[in-house]
Amino acid sequence: MSRKVIAIFVISFMFLSNIAYAKETYKIGAIFSITGAASFLGEPEKNTVLMLADQINKAGGINGTPVEVIIEDSKSDETQAVLSAKKLIEKDKVLAIIGPSTTGESMAIVPIMNNAKTPLVSCAAGAGITQPVNERYWIFKSPQYDFSAVEAIYSHLKKQNITKVGIITISNAFGDSGRKALNEISHKYSITVVADERYGPKDSDMTTQLTKIKNSGAQAVINWSVGPGQIIVTKNWYSLKMNIPLYQSHGWGSKKNIELAGKSAEGVIAPLSRLVVWEKLPDKHPQKALLKKYSNDYESRFKSEPGTFGGHAYDAFMMVVEALKKVGPDKKKIRDYIENNIKNWPGTGGIFNMSPSDHCGLDKDAFEMVVIKNGDWEILK
Amino acid sequence: MSVFLQFLFSGLTTGAVYAMVGLGFNIIYNATSIINLAQGEFVVIGGLMMWYFSEAMKLPFFISAILAVASTGLIGLLMERLTIRPVKKSDLLLMIMITIAVSIVLRGILMFKFGKDPYTYAPFTEGEPIHIYGAFIQQQTLWVIGITLFFIILIFLFFNKTMLGKAMKACAVNPVAARITGINVDKMVMLSFVLSAMMGAVAGIAVTPITLMEYDRGPMLAVKGFCAAIMGGLGRGRGSVIGGFIIGILESMTAGYIHSGAKDAVALVIILVILFFKPAGIFGSKTIADLRRF
Amino acid sequence: MQITNRNIFIGFSIIIIILPLIFTSSYSLSIATFSAINSLIAIGLCVLMGYAGQVSLGQAGFYGIGAYVSSILSIHLGLPVIFACIVAMIASALSAVILAIPALRLKGHYLAVATLGFGEIIHIILNEWGPGGPSGFGDIPRFNLFGFVFDTVMEYYYLSWFVVMIVMAFSINLINSRFGRALRSIHDSEIASNAMGVDVPKLKIKAFVLSAVFAALGGSLYAHYVTFISPSSFSLFQSVLVLMMVVVGGITNLWGAVVGSIIITILPELLREFKEYDILVYGIILILTLLFFNKGLVPIVIEKLQKVKP
Repeated sequence: MSRKVIAIFVISFMFLSNIAYAKETYKIGAIFSITGAASFLGEPEKNTVLMLADQINKAGGINGTPVEVIIEDSKSDETQAVLSAKKLIEKDKVLAIIGPSTTGESMAIVPIMNNAKTPLVSCAAGAGITQPVNERYWIFKSPQYDFSAVEAIYSHLKKQNITKVGIITISNAFGDSGRKALNEISHKYSITVVADERYGPKDSDMTTQLTKIKNSGAQAVINWSVGPGQIIVTKNWYSLKMNIPLYQSHGWGSKKNIELAGKSAEGVIAPLSRLVVWEKLPDKHPQKALLKKYSNDYESRFKSEPGTFGGHAYDAFMMVVEALKKVGPDKKKIRDYIENNIKNWPGTGGIFNMSPSDHCGLDKDAFEMVVIKNGDWEILK
Repeated sequence: MSVFLQFLFSGLTTGAVYAMVGLGFNIIYNATSIINLAQGEFVVIGGLMMWYFSEAMKLPFFISAILAVASTGLIGLLMERLTIRPVKKSDLLLMIMITIAVSIVLRGILMFKFGKDPYTYAPFTEGEPIHIYGAFIQQQTLWVIGITLFFIILIFLFFNKTMLGKAMKACAVNPVAARITGINVDKMVMLSFVLSAMMGAVAGIAVTPITLMEYDRGPMLAVKGFCAAIMGGLGRGRGSVIGGFIIGILESMTAGYIHSGAKDAVALVIILVILFFKPAGIFGSKTIADLRRF
Repeated sequence: MQITNRNIFIGFSIIIIILPLIFTSSYSLSIATFSAINSLIAIGLCVLMGYAGQVSLGQAGFYGIGAYVSSILSIHLGLPVIFACIVAMIASALSAVILAIPALRLKGHYLAVATLGFGEIIHIILNEWGPGGPSGFGDIPRFNLFGFVFDTVMEYYYLSWFVVMIVMAFSINLINSRFGRALRSIHDSEIASNAMGVDVPKLKIKAFVLSAVFAALGGSLYAHYVTFISPSSFSLFQSVLVLMMVVVGGITNLWGAVVGSIIITILPELLREFKEYDILVYGIILILTLLFFNKGLVPIVIEKLQKVKP
């Protein structure tokens, strides 16, 4: 019996560490997949937003008012994303929400945002998030479209007269959207997909799939995944001595991957956000100063790289902050500002140009083709 | 021919991982009739601790391995003391649920300690993959297979030739009778958790250079290991190993000759079909399974 | 007052009706709606496990079939949602029969793996060949009946809990019938009930079908509420979650399934204050509950109340 009392005591104690404070702040909500299958996205996004909010508040807030970011973990789950959005809108009364991290979660909360007339700047890439634009009045997104990364790869392949590719993708939403884009636009570059293989997020060995690609006559392999899979594919590709180049997706942009894959990573090519290779950009590049500051700040605070995905949160958050600075705490005005005034706006993902007909605002040139040479990135011309 | 061999080797690599995880299930099952679904977390802890001792602390290989196995064993001990021992009622479902809850907590701790990134370290022996008839197999896979075989023999000898092992088995079949004959049942249960945690750690240490290791790989390992153990017949060491290799090869062959998207589904359908004809697994006996409590 | 199913039923209904007057935000009502949807799956599982004694780790499969079939039919064939929902339940029932065939011969851990395998197969099928693949698909119509669209959260809340109470009434009557008694007999001893002339295989199939139909109903309600679905909502994780609901609430009582669903659905929301530590707190609460309240909360509370009575 006494044990039960202790159990009740411990359980109830856990709920009592809840201190609320009331102070006039600008509240911005954030929904990220901090845990669960898409935590590779949510982690850098959460860190980025925490860091930026601290920096803004240390510098005196937005026009003197501190900004308060309320971050919710959607656990990579649509149901949780829906509940998070409702909580942020109704309980916390946020002025805008950034995130969710994945396309599925973003799609699940689109109707909620439209009903609540609250602006959303999604950190997911799917085209359906902001299109059709007349049904996505309150919705924006900061990442480039998936097919922009695919276009970057395909135009690079075309330059080398490669016409047959084998693709290998991870069987989750990230890999799936890459796979769809790879299949859909290949004909524009007169490229044929001769092998279309898949693997699970936690698979241990992809030699079988790569062997099939090798025997299909492909002249290049394209892997579309994030997480351990992309390293295992790289290692297997190296062991198999496939003699055809390996391309990775824009999710490849972390030094950690080079470290984990070791010598297997030599020669791997990927379209990467400039955030990853800012050191190699010419000094007069409009994004360089911003990328340098963000990257250095992030690395000194979190001892890791922000990667492409942290940048999505950076862009989304800074857009909302700039709108708040210019128009104050008014949801409608924030929305209008983002739609009409984010023009020629340098972010980590590229130069944004929002308009009433385009709620993404990025062009195709957001990526640099990068190859790994001697354990470091090298931009391909 | 070389293509078939390559698929086979790929299947052996995957299968070796499942087989090693499956072995760990059997130790606890043999002593308690419990299926410990936190077994996957033991494997992850083993791999990550090995990384910690060998890469972060730069300790020599063998010392790192011993420390990794010992620390995982300690976690097994804590798990048994804190969450299994206090349960008076033995009930299949309750036990499964408790081990799942423990796995959630362990996963949470791992996430805080190691973050979400994958980890790896060098294979046991450096060098190029071995080429046989135009197909290649990683050296580490051979290590995993070798270690697995070594442990099957060890576990077989332990449960059949030593007094301690036989006493342990008696506890699972009938704890009351075991107690009457003078076996310290509590100690046996505790020991089985420590041993299986250590077995999991060995598996983790061996497979990490192949699969990489991150905090949330546990559930997938547990599910595949569980399937391997069931397919071979619970309580049969060699059963779970053969079960593991069959699943691995099935997955690889399906990916190779049918479609890689369907590989997990086909392997599962075949497991269901096998269970339909052999309800206690390939090497299990229905009569013995019926006599067990769960 | 007597603690009968009838009284609990009335009490519960009253709470459901007045709750939106107290918690008006659509956030709270959404949590309540998700609790109702989870309750449907949990009630089915409770009949299957608590009464028929069959473990299932694959309920998410039926839940997924319900959601996908119902959405696909209503989008692509333009079927009224109610018909789509009924077809989804039939489809789920058929797949339950297929699962029950191998499951009939299995016990304990072997049955657990067979059902787990079934759930995973459905998950893989949805992932590989479902519309939208792993990314899922949206624009699923809201639930509507005779031209009335359940558009607001409040309307959906009442709809889903109304369905739960109907299912509950049906299940209570069922387990008190001849069917229910026969089910409980196979829970206690299959051999004995066989000897008594109970058709064990047929009964087990019926129990599986019932749980599948309830789960599919839940899936259909989920899809037409969120209006976007993807395979990740119907994975092994969901099956385990439902199992947890039934065990926490109390496997021997149907109300346990409902209470367990409410608790497990609300718990993560209460733990939001803990930020990323929530997973640890969540796990520890689960362990403590399982260790010290392992009969399940509802049976324990009922026991206590009956002791208090003169």
